[in-house]
Amino acid sequence: MKVAIFPPNSMILADMIVRSGHEPLVVQNQMKEKVTSPDLDAPPFNMTEDDPINGLKYAAIEVPSGVRGRMSLFGPIIEEAEAAIIMNEAPYGFGCVGCARSSELTVFSLRRKDIPVLELDYPTSRDDTVEMVYKINTFLDNLENNGEDEADD
Amino acid sequence: MIRIAQLSCGTEYSGVQKEIEKAAETFGAQMVMPDVNLDDIDEAYEKFGLSCASSSLKLMIARAMSLVEGKNEADAVFICTCFRCAEAAIARNEVRRLIQNNTDLPVVTYSFTEKTKASELFIRMEALTTVVARKSILAREKQEGLTLGIDSGSTTTKVALMENNEVIGTGWVKTGDIIGCAKEGMEQAFEGTGYKLDDVEAIGTTGYGRITIGKAMGAKLIQEEISVNSKGAVYLADAQKGEATVLDIGGMDNKVITVNNGIPDNFTMGGICAGASGRFLDMTSGRLDVDITELGPLAQKGNYRNAILNSYCIVFGIQDLVTTLAGGASKADAASAACHSVAEQVYEQQLQEIDVREPLIQVGGTSLIGGLVDAVHDILGGIDVVVPRYSQYIGSVGAAMLVSGLKDTDIDDSKRFK
Repeated sequence: MKVAIFPPNSMILADMIVRSGHEPLVVQNQMKEKVTSPDLDAPPFNMTEDDPINGLKYAAIEVPSGVRGRMSLFGPIIEEAEAAIIMNEAPYGFGCVGCARSSELTVFSLRRKDIPVLELDYPTSRDDTVEMVYKINTFLDNLENNGEDEADD
Repeated sequence: MIRIAQLSCGTEYSGVQKEIEKAAETFGAQMVMPDVNLDDIDEAYEKFGLSCASSSLKLMIARAMSLVEGKNEADAVFICTCFRCAEAAIARNEVRRLIQNNTDLPVVTYSFTEKTKASELFIRMEALTTVVARKSILAREKQEGLTLGIDSGSTTTKVALMENNEVIGTGWVKTGDIIGCAKEGMEQAFEGTGYKLDDVEAIGTTGYGRITIGKAMGAKLIQEEISVNSKGAVYLADAQKGEATVLDIGGMDNKVITVNNGIPDNFTMGGICAGASGRFLDMTSGRLDVDITELGPLAQKGNYRNAILNSYCIVFGIQDLVTTLAGGASKADAASAACHSVAEQVYEQQLQEIDVREPLIQVGGTSLIGGLVDAVHDILGGIDVVVPRYSQYIGSVGAAMLVSGLKDTDIDDSKRFK
């Protein structure tokens, strides 16, 4: 299944999803398409005026351009998602979108989507970390089972 | 190469990063991002004391702290964040204060949208680079020889002919055809002086049309309005030493510049709302059927409290004026309300962004509207507002004065711009 993650650039979450046999929806894929596009020359991300305008699909015009620009990348991921893992209160090193308002909107959009969502708080101890890994793996395994059940039906 | 430190949030995702870099490169500067370690971010912003939810703002604060602490070096600072982001607006303003209170780096702030283009940033980048690269030119306090200054503004083109520290001729033309207006203004300035263009030792240009006119006239100085106007203001107001604030409420944009010993060290520019500009007063005088030169004295006879003017917008503001006049308010009260409205908006939108230092030197064509000067004085709690002689020619006098320092040098700005 296609699993969206938050933060959308968390390599740790993406790796766990791959190991469980699912497809992680990460923003790096969107970024790769942009930065390797030969038609554009707007470093560092090759984002142009058009991107915040495309973001209007996900956020209104009065929302700052930086939020809409981010949503032009995160929005398609949210649309594509069949499940989601949200990590709250994660430090920058774990993954980060840079803007609190973009984070709020992304998380809200995932929550309101009718898909299985696992929400976790970033662990602060070894025991919490072990429990977090267990919860994520269980969630991902159940997704697989659910997916197979649906296929069997 | 002048290094401008960029302290920002949202530029990459708004698609404006390239525009910022392009604007800096146009004026021989380079944008640099101060380096900070990931581990230092929390420490820096906690030390700063402003709790921001957005990590990019935390990074912006950490970068500012690294400049203040000397861990990174730069010649100037450009602070920018997304327009309409409240959290960023608070951080932007506090970071500006931090830099200004702890370094002598010139600072410019800006809030952008995805529509922001390099051309909109030119004046800010040019002013920043001027303050850094042309400090010696800006240090000039006296005009020498025979020089001409042309200020090609959005509404009017002003010309000043100066000889040995005296203004000997002026020209004032409504801006239309840029070059044609400059020529007409020059004819007015030369009239009765016995001089002609060939006698002039050097020409300086400023204002929106400065590059077009400067290239056509072979101007030795082509300079943005921020540094030229501030220089002209302190020169005419005899306030070249110490601190001062220059306020220019223009036809299309407003400038507030703080000056220290004649060198601008901070400024803000507004230009989005016509209701906060001289244009609003121009329209008001039309509606009141008085010449713009009569609006100031008329306003001074009225009381703004007697006229209802609830809207700041130029369209609805004029509608309010119509309604209040229909309701029996006098023309004088309406004129006073219009002046008060413009002053109030300039205060709310710009003067609050800057630490206003006395004396406040009010310049530009609108400084001749006495009612507006009085309104600014009142709104700022009765501070000392100075309107120097030739205040409406401020840019052209500043250009004529500054270019006199270049007349015997090889510097030729008309060749600087392609």
